[in-house]
Amino acid sequence: MIKVENLTKRYAGQTAIDNLNFEVGKGEIMGFLGPNGAGKSTTMRILSSFMPPTSGRASVAGFDIFEKSLQARAHLGYMPENVPLYNDMRVNEYLDYRAALKGVQHRRIAERVGDVKELCGLKEVEKKLIGTLSKGYRQRVGLADALVHEPDLLILDEPTSGLDPNQIRQVRDLIKNLGRQHTILLSTHILPEVEMTCSRVIIINRGRIEACDTPENLLNQMRTATGVILEAKTGTDNGVEELKKIAGVKDVSLTTEGDWQIFSLRAEAETEIRPEIFRLASERRWTVRELSQRKATLEDVFVEITHPEA
Amino acid sequence: MRKFFILLSREIRSYFYSPIAYIVLVFFLLVTGFDFYFQVSFMNQRAVAYSVQEAFFNSVFFWFAFVLIFPLITMRLFAEEFKLGTIEPLMTAPVRDWQVVLSKYFGALFFYIVLWLPTVLYFVIFQWRALQPAATSQGAYLGSYLMILLLGMFYLSIGCFASVLTKNQIVAAIISFATITLLFFLGLVSFILLDVSSETRQLLGYFSAIEQMGTLSRGQIDTRPMVLYLSMTILMLTFTYQAFQSRKWKL
Repeated sequence: MIKVENLTKRYAGQTAIDNLNFEVGKGEIMGFLGPNGAGKSTTMRILSSFMPPTSGRASVAGFDIFEKSLQARAHLGYMPENVPLYNDMRVNEYLDYRAALKGVQHRRIAERVGDVKELCGLKEVEKKLIGTLSKGYRQRVGLADALVHEPDLLILDEPTSGLDPNQIRQVRDLIKNLGRQHTILLSTHILPEVEMTCSRVIIINRGRIEACDTPENLLNQMRTATGVILEAKTGTDNGVEELKKIAGVKDVSLTTEGDWQIFSLRAEAETEIRPEIFRLASERRWTVRELSQRKATLEDVFVEITHPEA
Repeated sequence: MRKFFILLSREIRSYFYSPIAYIVLVFFLLVTGFDFYFQVSFMNQRAVAYSVQEAFFNSVFFWFAFVLIFPLITMRLFAEEFKLGTIEPLMTAPVRDWQVVLSKYFGALFFYIVLWLPTVLYFVIFQWRALQPAATSQGAYLGSYLMILLLGMFYLSIGCFASVLTKNQIVAAIISFATITLLFFLGLVSFILLDVSSETRQLLGYFSAIEQMGTLSRGQIDTRPMVLYLSMTILMLTFTYQAFQSRKWKL
């Protein structure tokens, strides 16, 4: 659906995106992650034909975004960041106008607009001026606009930014449902959202792709490097030395919380150290209140990849 | 062409969504209405060598209202879309750049024509109440309104170009107001500088909207201003189109 080859964009003296290569297949929900200013919006704006790249090629639904821009745009639903809308139009008017502009046949406009209003929960505000709508409803109008011409592909730039937790959940469910029929590329800051909705993730930093994989694989890579937490009363001061003797333990650090000592251990890749820790603790008759493996989240992946120095 | 008319209809409607349109309409009718009233009262007191219609289209009030309306009509055309960011959904829809430029221009032209329509009533009412025509001939009406259309087309295209250059409506208004006023006063140079040579004066006279209006409002349909203003309009719209396209490379 999307094919990007050596895509580069330079602004005056600054490289916004640097030699991007990726593909998004039909039916995939691709998450686009990265810190602010990493080049997510730039990439999406190039893919939606809003701005041209400095070099490289990209195609959308089989149409080159530069040579066949009109066809590419006709097959694509794009929702820009912050959802700019005409504040002086009513929701109905706006969606009718957008449907016609995007080439929906005249006799199908009413049906299509009705469908997207239903889908995005806009029925109750259909006669309101867009300027009077809350942020959540504006976001939904933007989404309805992106969907109204039945595009094969949706590009959504931060569809959940500025929404409250309930609205985020609604939009997330909506996107998940849309993923059954559409290919979606979405960018976001909210990482649990990506874990829940996306089939693949691209992590981009300073204009370069740092990782591109399924959320599960990214997490598995991380989990090997994550650690184990032991909270116990040992009654000795040499708990750290004892734990370090266990095969596979790379590093142990200690903090205290009242009488309790909290050890955090880092193990070598793909080594299970928890049974050995348990054995040691029972031999030494330590009182254990917690022994757990800290599960990596996508947030850890994100932080590790985008801030290697931290 | 369907896309063009969809865009055009939104442009036209968008004028009437905003209060500025109604304020411009009222302000314009007030000034032109006063102009008409003033001319008729003046002619009631003494005999003059021109008709009501000629007086109306050549007075100071008329020109004052005239140059002021263009920045008001055109300043928001592109600048507002740039400022609100609505240019992004607009240009990521399958529309061509020229369709957007022309729809905005013709939307402004439509509003401009709507602005002038009520002035026809002045002459109808005059003829009904005074039981005599306000002009010496039908051609005089035709000439006056033709001149208004031609000059309007050109000045609107200047405003269009000014609006595409910036995302600040005030800046757009200042650019178009300054340009239009300068062009307009170029035609007055021959009145101010008495010592310039007669060739220069004659040359400037060709560009003088006031002199052209003098000719056309007498009913003499001169083709020179037609060629001048139509070609200048096309030139300004080409500039607008080029500037609009160049935004992509500046982003």
